[in-house]
Amino acid sequence: MTTSPLPTRPRPAVKTASHPVPAAPRRRAGFLREQISGWGMISPAAILLLLFVFLPAILGFGLAFTNARLISPRPVEFVGADNFARLFADPTFWRALLNVTYFAVVVVPVQSALALAMALLINKKFRGVNFFRTIYFLPVVTSMVVVSLLWLFMYRKDGLINELLSTFSFGLIQGADWLNDPATAMPAIIALSIWQAAGFHMIIWLAGLQSISGELYEAAQLDGASRWHQFRYVTWPGLKHTRSLVLVTITIQALGLFDQVSVMTQGGPLDSTTTIIYEAVRSGFKQQETSYASAISLVFFVLVLLISAVQRYLTREKD
Amino acid sequence: MKNSLRLSTASTMLVRILFAAVAAFPIVFMLVSSLKPDTQIFGDMSSVAAFLPVGNISIDNYAAVFDRVPAARFLVNSIGISAVTVVLGIFVNSLCAFALSRMEVRGKRVVFTVILATLIVPFQTLALPLVWWVNQLPYFELNGFSLEISKGWLDTYQVQIIPFIANAFSIYLYHQYFESIPKELDEAARIDGAGWFKIYRQVVMPLAGPATATVAILTFLPAWNSYLWPLMVVQSEELRPVMIGIQYFFQLNVSWGEVMAYASLITVPVVVLFIAFQRSFINSIASSGVKG
Repeated sequence: MTTSPLPTRPRPAVKTASHPVPAAPRRRAGFLREQISGWGMISPAAILLLLFVFLPAILGFGLAFTNARLISPRPVEFVGADNFARLFADPTFWRALLNVTYFAVVVVPVQSALALAMALLINKKFRGVNFFRTIYFLPVVTSMVVVSLLWLFMYRKDGLINELLSTFSFGLIQGADWLNDPATAMPAIIALSIWQAAGFHMIIWLAGLQSISGELYEAAQLDGASRWHQFRYVTWPGLKHTRSLVLVTITIQALGLFDQVSVMTQGGPLDSTTTIIYEAVRSGFKQQETSYASAISLVFFVLVLLISAVQRYLTREKD
Repeated sequence: MKNSLRLSTASTMLVRILFAAVAAFPIVFMLVSSLKPDTQIFGDMSSVAAFLPVGNISIDNYAAVFDRVPAARFLVNSIGISAVTVVLGIFVNSLCAFALSRMEVRGKRVVFTVILATLIVPFQTLALPLVWWVNQLPYFELNGFSLEISKGWLDTYQVQIIPFIANAFSIYLYHQYFESIPKELDEAARIDGAGWFKIYRQVVMPLAGPATATVAILTFLPAWNSYLWPLMVVQSEELRPVMIGIQYFFQLNVSWGEVMAYASLITVPVVVLFIAFQRSFINSIASSGVKG
């Protein structure tokens, strides 16, 4: 009996040198069970992301080189770079690109600075801190569509904004017809966009502020550092990672400008507020040109990738 | 020294109040105007009365809104769509994050990296190919006892729910939160003979309350506020959510009192929900590792 030439379980037999014999098969079964249940738990989310993020992304990439339409009896044909040629020859597209750049160049610094100021104002515990946090966050929970409609009303020639301007300047300032003037339409959209979204980035700044150790401030205070010096030498360096996160998210959101334009100006007056996504939706949805819209989306995505890569490079760890 | 300190706290408070006024004035204006007839809205605009519920106050505008728009139906749709998306989103994303953060699954690092990579794809660039794609998906319908299969998800409830259940950011939030819960708890439960799903359900999830609150709000807000997507994929009035109702007011001779009433009607539920959960929400998002 003891002279069986081959061990039935070669691998556990080797391991018995350091482990008790019955443990080995049980652990192996446990390993297998962990793999199966682990993948079982991952797969619902993974399959949904595959179906509704990866596939449409690849599909969009492919459709950009075809003549696909949303509803069309014609078979889908490969047309090469035709859509892109048409796109780059379209002055409205260049105008949209310019508008979005203008929007981002103003919104990114102003909104992130305001959001940081708000976060600093409500970082410390004081009486009523929860009240202020709630009020500052209120515009964020209000839908952009509602916000746009509300400001559309306030921006009228005889609207609330002009009345407030007139009251506070004792009648000196006569407001513009904000959304109907090509010179003021984009600044008006910029103002409401900053108003609506600053609260969200305030929360991200707040997360960063709360990750800075209080001991650093105590040490700075012992050294007699002024509040400005505390900010300059403790807070600002401590927010390094938060900074790049806020910049990237604000920039990407700024490039995706759509809801406000769709509700308030439809890209007008004279294309002064049209954006890349607005053009994509207009051609893809209203004119049913899926392929042309996909080409615009692809250009937009490349732009987003480029900008996040550049920002990542600029805010990289230098040491 | 002490005087200057008191002055600086007082001026800080003043700045706080100024910011609060700027944040709140359009919303107060909206709520107050929803209670006034049109002539009074314009009449009050040049004075502080624009922000006060004074004069001819009534809920007539709200009554008129229910005549103009199928508002009740829209509200029920939005509540249903948001609730299902939130509940399924919490379940699917936390389950995935649990396996990725607490189990020794082969290849999980690659999966996690790929999931995080989806964060840089903005929804707007996906929307159009997604419309085309969901229109190709099969649709199962139980008709009496026979299962009917037809093509195309356009104009359904599921097209407003299923694409938004899985979310990389929710998985990331849960993952970060699960990492902070000691792994010894799992081991203790395993020695007691608990399976992985039992550990997920009875050990880890009960401890993840703040993460769940954050994910719930961050799933609820876009679901309730969605506009672009239902505009593209839902045509039938009885399937539409609240934001689309705004389209009913894009016409000549609009009554601004009614617009403000409808806008208040679809904003107030979110604000109430937010105030009820705001402490756990803001605190948890501030501590759940949105730290880049």
